[in-house]
Formats: sequence, structure tokens, C-alpha cells
Amino acid sequence: MPALAPLSRHDPRLWQIASLTCLLAYGTAFLGFDVTAARAGLIVVTALLAQLAGTLAARLPFFDPWSSLISALSLCLLLRTNAPLVAMLAAAAAIGSKFLLRFHGKHLFNPTNFALVLVLVVTNDAWVSSGQWGSVAFFGFLLVCAGRFVVHRAARGDVTLAYLATSLALVVGRSLQLHEPLTIPFHRLESGALLLFAFFMISDPKTTPDSRTGRIVFGALVATGAAYVQFRLFRPNGALWSLVLFSLFVPLFDLVWPGRRAAPVFGATAFQPQPKGAFHAPILRLDLRPRALPVRRVFRRAAGARLLRLLRREGGHEAL
Amino acid sequence: MTMGSDYQGDPKDFAIVIPVPRPIEKGQIHIGDPKLLERLDAYSSPRLVEYHDPDPCVPHDYAAAPSAAGMIQRKSASEKDRARSLGVTIEASYTVGEYDILILSASQSSGLATWLRENGYRIPRGAAQVLDSYVRQNMRFFVAKVNLGEKTKLGFSTLRPIQIAYDSPKFMLPIRLGMANANGPQELFVYALTRKGRVETTNYRTVRLPSDADVPIYVKDRFADFYRALFSKQVARENRQAVFTEYAWDMAWCDPCAADPLSREELRGLGVFWVAAGDARGGGSEVFLTRLHVRYDAAHFPEDLAFQETADRQNFQARYVLRHAWSGDLACDAMPYIDSVRKRHEEEARTLATLTGWRLDEIRRTMKLDAPADDGAWWRKIW
Repeated sequence: MPALAPLSRHDPRLWQIASLTCLLAYGTAFLGFDVTAARAGLIVVTALLAQLAGTLAARLPFFDPWSSLISALSLCLLLRTNAPLVAMLAAAAAIGSKFLLRFHGKHLFNPTNFALVLVLVVTNDAWVSSGQWGSVAFFGFLLVCAGRFVVHRAARGDVTLAYLATSLALVVGRSLQLHEPLTIPFHRLESGALLLFAFFMISDPKTTPDSRTGRIVFGALVATGAAYVQFRLFRPNGALWSLVLFSLFVPLFDLVWPGRRAAPVFGATAFQPQPKGAFHAPILRLDLRPRALPVRRVFRRAAGARLLRLLRREGGHEAL
Repeated sequence: MTMGSDYQGDPKDFAIVIPVPRPIEKGQIHIGDPKLLERLDAYSSPRLVEYHDPDPCVPHDYAAAPSAAGMIQRKSASEKDRARSLGVTIEASYTVGEYDILILSASQSSGLATWLRENGYRIPRGAAQVLDSYVRQNMRFFVAKVNLGEKTKLGFSTLRPIQIAYDSPKFMLPIRLGMANANGPQELFVYALTRKGRVETTNYRTVRLPSDADVPIYVKDRFADFYRALFSKQVARENRQAVFTEYAWDMAWCDPCAADPLSREELRGLGVFWVAAGDARGGGSEVFLTRLHVRYDAAHFPEDLAFQETADRQNFQARYVLRHAWSGDLACDAMPYIDSVRKRHEEEARTLATLTGWRLDEIRRTMKLDAPADDGAWWRKIW
């Protein structure tokens, strides 16, 4: 039986678990989120069991429930379904994707993102209510997210900032182009779902590109894709579809812009973690190591590497 | 899409301008039967249900008797006048029923507003900018006004709803134009008939109204006031930024039904093209009805309503319960029952005060409750 991975006081995941729990409590108590305690419990238990099963199957030395808890809590916040089986499927798929869909030691998709898209596509019983936050929740949420940036020195904040800046530019730009009053883009941006996505989902160090350049380009592309889905295809949940699509290209980003892999955070204990990406018995592993391309050096120089080197202080916390 | 307005005024002053995402042909326009909207409203409006307490001395099951009541308000419509053309493309011009209909497109930003204004339409200040943004989205404009000659010929006294059938991925309702000429907030009811499930807004909160609350019996005579107060209280509670679900139900059945479910013919008349025609009552589980109620103004609803169809088929209705106490003779020691009724009345008064914001002492006075609730003192139960 693997030992329980410890969670240090300084682990950003602690902050994430605490803030997601608060958001869930606030959402159910005041915003009328359709999540019962039983449903939330079902999702959390399924996710933890899936994590345990994965840990055993992959013979990992430590059972790390914390990241699964984050995935489960965010599923509680985002997934709406009346079918308990669909909720369980989503929770199992989220955690299963971490073990099964791997590429060069990283899981390919953000677990929550993958699970949501999967149940939206394959079942007829799931939906995501992105408009349910309201402005009070938005500003509270914004405060929490900003606080996190200050506390954790914006480790991997680059992808979040790139996503938010691109979204802002696209949404405001579109309204300016259409001569709409600015209240419209700001109303669109004043969305709890946007913050949840930007601060908790896209910032996942396990599924974002390794290099800062890659992450900034990735964040901008996901925002562009989300805007395309919203303004051209007129479909809801653009960010989810866009993230799942561009996640497929992350290995390519890592080839073009290699960088230091985010280390798993198990806290400042004597515990010596085996890097999460380096376990030896994945059930399915597409091991295509990125090799330094000849273009790499040229590209780095060309891409203004000095600024990037300055900025390159890689953090490594788990996101949803 | 079926649009009914509660326009009050001279029909010759009536006109509507609706942005539509694509050109509309004559066959896509139809004039609906106003009775269908009334049926839909009666079927889905917030309602009261009454329960009568049985004789407490002869225990038996509760009997339920539904009763219906509701309030109907419709979106205020704009007033504009007749016109001639200048500067915009008139893509089509039809007379359907009592309406003269134009489908317009405009290539330059302020062309449409200028055209409408120069041609006698009273465009409110602020509408030009709104029109401009729709023009830039390459939307067409559906302009309808009343053809008085046709109206007289057809002999309808009220304006019938206009129906347009079109397919578009834009599942939205343009409300910004309507806000430009409104005095204060406007009321809008959206009835969505869908195949999959409940409809909600994606850019505003969609909130269920409080339901299933026990309220005092006198609410029966003042249901419209009660519901208006309740709705206003909820609107304020949500900072005037929410859309409210009043009804979400599979149209195959209802419990209790305020009115009979709509027949297949009626559903088809409302544009439900996927149910087969036939005389059978009820459209089966192929149709899910969502009734949304929104009170909006420009300050709190800056953008148009965008919708999504969810997979939620959970039934919901805004209903309020009246419980009649047993009024017959009591052939036993019914003190516990009388006590429970007294407590219940006090609770109903408090619920009503919470739901509507009405003053508790006035509610108590109307209910003829002598004193505040039984304090539950232990000695009351000795003798």
C-alpha cells in the first residue's frame, strides 16, 4: 500500500483546495448551484478511488490525493448533471486521463477539462452553467485569485496572464469594432467562469508547456480559440473546447520551446518525491522524447530570450 | 420564434424593429393565434395549490385541489411611424396578415437609423448606436407595422403575434433595442420549447423562483399582488441582474395542471416542428417547456440575452400552497391540532413577509392572528 503523500503548509494546492471548497460552499448556499452534498461527495469519493486505483496500477510509491481532490472540487463547481453515473464517469475520467493519456511523462489534458468535454460529448445528461456566478461572486473570486498571485508569487502565472490579457484584448476589441458600449465587454469579462478557468484550470503546470514562451503562446491561443467558439460558432463553454484542443499541441510546444519541467510539489519535507512524470509503469505511454531541434537556438534568440530568462522562474504547483 | 406584445395604443402607431441573424423569406413569416400564447401562459404561470386539512379526529389522506391564477404582462413594444426608403437595402417587403413587413439590411453604420428616422419611424435616442452594432454584425432587420386596411378586413381587434421560422446558431434574444425607448424596466417572458431540456441564459444568472412555500389563505384573493411583490423582492435580491425560471416541465404531463397540456396541433402552431400532427393530447416527452421571466433595464442588462439548452429535464414550477384548516365540528380533544394550526399560521405569515417584503404585523392583522406565535411554554400543555 503506498504511503500518503504529505501536504505542506506552503503547498499552493492547499490554497487551491481551500478556495475551491469556499467557492463551492458559497455557490451552493447563496448562488443556488445545483450540487447537493451527496453529489459532491460522490464525485470526490470516485475521484479519490480512481487516484488510488491509478496509484496501485502504476505502482507509485505515494498516494497523492490532493491533486485529485482539486480536480473533484472543480468538477463539483462546473459539472451539472442529474445522473449520478455521469458524475461518477466524469470523476473517474478526470483522474483516469492523468494515468492513461500521457505524453513524455506529462498528462496531456487538464483532468477536469478532459472530463467535462468527455461527458458533454458522449452523454446526453451533462451541461455546464457558465452564467451562474453573478457579480458579487465575481469580485470576491477576483480578490481570492489576486491574493493567490501575491502569496505564491505568480508561479506559472504567465499562462493565466497571457490568457486573461488575450481575452481582454479580443473581447474589448470586438466590441470596439462593433461600436458597442464598453459595458458589454466588461460584462462579458466579469464572469466567475472566466476566473475559474484562468486561475485554476489553464494554469495547471502538468498540462501547460514547459517553457515560458510556450506557455504565453499557449495561453493566447486558448483565449483566441475560446473567442472563436463564442463569437463565430456562437456556442457556450468556448474555453473548455479551446483548452482541450490546444492541449493536444502542448508536446509540439515543448519540442519547439523546451523548458524545465515543473516539479511536483510535495512540500518542504524530507520526503524525496519521485517526479510525478517519471513513474515507470504507465498503462499507456506515448514516449516520444522531445529532442532539441536545430531551430531551437535560433528561435530562442529570435524570441527575445533575455526578457524570458529574466522571467523564467519556474514554479510547480498543481492546478485543477 | 413567436413574438407577442402587450401593445396598448393606436395600431397605426405600432411598429417593431427586430434584428435577425439572416434574411427572412415570406414563407418563414406567419401570424400566430394569440390564443396559443394565452394557453402557454395559463399552462405555465405561477400558481396556487390548495390543500384542505382533514378532520383531525378522523385521520385520512390529504386531498389536493388545484386552482389557477396568474399574472400576465407582456413586453412593452415600441411606437414608430410609417416610412419611405433611403440609404438602406430593402431586401424584401411582404404583407402577412395585418402586418406590413420589411426585411432590411444596411451596409453603413448609421444608415439604418437615419433611414428609419427620415422615414417617419420614431427612433429613440440611443437606438442609433444599438442599431449600429447590429449592422456591424451583419444582422438583418425585421421591421413590421400594422396594415390598417388588412387589419380592418381581417377584423381582429388586437394585434396578433408574429412568428418567424429560421435556423441560426445564435441562440439569443436581442433586448438592447427595446431598452432604448423604454421608461424604466421592462418585463419579458420567454417560453422556450425544446427537445432536450431546460433553457438558461449563459451570460446572466438564471435563478429558480422560491417555490412550494406555504402561504396564508388570503393570498388566494390577492395572488397577482402577491406574485408581483414576490417577483420584485427576488429581482432586488439578485441585484436586478438575474433571469428567473418560473416553469420548466416536460410537456407530456403536469401535476397539478393549471390548464390542460397543449395539444400537438397547438404545439405545432407555436413552431414545434418536430412533433407529428395529430389529435392526441400532449406532445409527449418530445417537448420541454421553459418559462423565463426577466425584468430588465439598460443599467443591469448591458448585453443581449444569450441562451443554451441544457440536458436538465428536472421539472420545476413556481407554486405556492394554501392549507385550509379543518372547519367542521371537532368530536375529540383537538388541542394539539389547534395548536399546530396556530403555529402553522404564524409560520405562513412569516414566510409571506419574507417572500414579499410585506409588513409582518399587517399580514397578521389581515390573517386575524391575535398574537405572535405560541411561545411553546411548557405550562400551556398541562391543563
